[in-house]
Amino acid sequence: MIYNEEFETLPREAIEALQLKRLQQVVGRVYHTVGFYRKAFDSAGVTPDDIRSLDDLRRLPFTCKQDLRDNYPFGLFSVPMSSIVRLHASSGTTGKPTVVGYTQRDVETWATLMARSFVSAGLNKNDIIHNAYGYGLFTGGLGAHYGAEKLGASVIPMSGGSTKKQIMLLQDFGPTAICCTPSYLLFLAEAGKEMGVDMKSLRLRVGILGAEPWSGRMREQIERELDITALDIYGLSEIMGPGVAMECIEGRNGLHIQEDHFIVETIDPATGEVLPWGTPGELVFTTLTKEAFPLVRYRTKDISRLLPQVCKCGRTFVRMERVSGRSDDMLIIRGVNVFPTQIESVLLGIDGLEPHYLLIVDRDGSLDTLEVQVEVSEKIFSDEIRELQNMEKRITKDIKDYLGVTAKVKLVEPNSLQRIEGKAQRVLDKRTI
Amino acid sequence: MKVEQISIFLENKPGGLSSVTKALSDAKINIRALSLADTSDFGILRLIVDDVAKAKEVLNDQGFAVGKTHVVAVEVPDRPGGLNSILELLTGKGINVEYMYAFVERSGENAVIIFRFDATDEAIEALQQNGFHVLKGEQVYGL
Repeated sequence: MIYNEEFETLPREAIEALQLKRLQQVVGRVYHTVGFYRKAFDSAGVTPDDIRSLDDLRRLPFTCKQDLRDNYPFGLFSVPMSSIVRLHASSGTTGKPTVVGYTQRDVETWATLMARSFVSAGLNKNDIIHNAYGYGLFTGGLGAHYGAEKLGASVIPMSGGSTKKQIMLLQDFGPTAICCTPSYLLFLAEAGKEMGVDMKSLRLRVGILGAEPWSGRMREQIERELDITALDIYGLSEIMGPGVAMECIEGRNGLHIQEDHFIVETIDPATGEVLPWGTPGELVFTTLTKEAFPLVRYRTKDISRLLPQVCKCGRTFVRMERVSGRSDDMLIIRGVNVFPTQIESVLLGIDGLEPHYLLIVDRDGSLDTLEVQVEVSEKIFSDEIRELQNMEKRITKDIKDYLGVTAKVKLVEPNSLQRIEGKAQRVLDKRTI
Repeated sequence: MKVEQISIFLENKPGGLSSVTKALSDAKINIRALSLADTSDFGILRLIVDDVAKAKEVLNDQGFAVGKTHVVAVEVPDRPGGLNSILELLTGKGINVEYMYAFVERSGENAVIIFRFDATDEAIEALQQNGFHVLKGEQVYGL
């Protein structure tokens, strides 16, 4: 099933024609209504009239997270506050959060994109959707909520936390789909097992999981432990929230980007050079229809690759590979690029290991050091020191073989690494440069 | 003739050991014998207790990784050469000792040595055939 068949299956030329028309409108609008863009376009020596083809997009300057911070809180809004009906803000780990606004029409567009995403996961109005994304300033909760209502499904506005209640409602209300982060779903699966619940016998059929990078092996583990299909959803508050791109259940290979509402580019994060489709790089989005908070060439720092081949589901929108990491999260250890998801993949390749790990990066003199803390599960625990030391050696060797870096592996007690109900903390970088 | 031993993974950090002993004490479980093997980063606490199933349950509830292993308890006369005679016998049979620890019975006349062998059944057979007193599980739990 396809929710907006008319748009989601447009031929490539029609998508591009629609994108160009909308791009010209949005560029003209931000130039005339947002001081930041007028200045940025002027200093790049480009005017809205210069945008005559989609290729002209690359003449426009990028927008970065710092630009959002510099214009905190409402400086990049393109409409007066009287037209804004909703505000969200991203989790600012350091300093001020980034604030985004929506008009009534933006909220409706967003709900449509989420409804499309749910349909792409095989859901319809008969489904019950357990929404464990946090409700509040974070876009996950309300984004998924409005989409589920738009579709006509029954939504359980559970939000995060209250683990025991989550498990109880999963049993009693019989939801057929769950929305949350992948690490939180694994956490729930474990918690349920500890409570003596057979998590495979729940009515859950599909998980719509996103908001953090995860590996293919983690997906396999989730599918095994809950007996569901785990699908990847992508979004970020700056661009819209969840629903910017969604994996289809038919193809299960990459996420369709909603190209009638966004233009996607991949760039070399170091040089800003636009890369051809198929080459891994940083995703850059331009919003085409957003009224309150349009963004031109927003650098996401998410690393992915665009897959131009036509998908068997019938949707013609280009797909992006599951985000392999963020250029922010990328650790450079003795000159080697390491993403936490790569370590996760190595750990999950060893029988019995759980994906509960923490990477601690430090510096010893001028040398970077990487310590990988891994929780001991009962499956790998042995009463013999030698066996556990062999496990440490095995992990060290696999990391060296796959990633080319030498790590010190340290086994730690079960449940000793911090579980954040939401995004998992994977990296502690103690280096001061 | 096997004895069930539980083992617990512990990080080397203050309070690790006492959180185990507290959980057992709260559940009124008695520790009969113990040994702690450690490296610079972690340790393995091995315990013989009077109620194996309950001990595993309360420790699991506390979030510990708990293993169960079969070990062999042998009574050894508390005099020079007591242990050596056992080890000579097993060496002759090609049986390897993975680890061992000892404690003294309440009477103080005999030592009890807990062995983990790489071939448990063969070891028990050899010990019994040569007149060593291999203790039953219940005897050890109730010591």
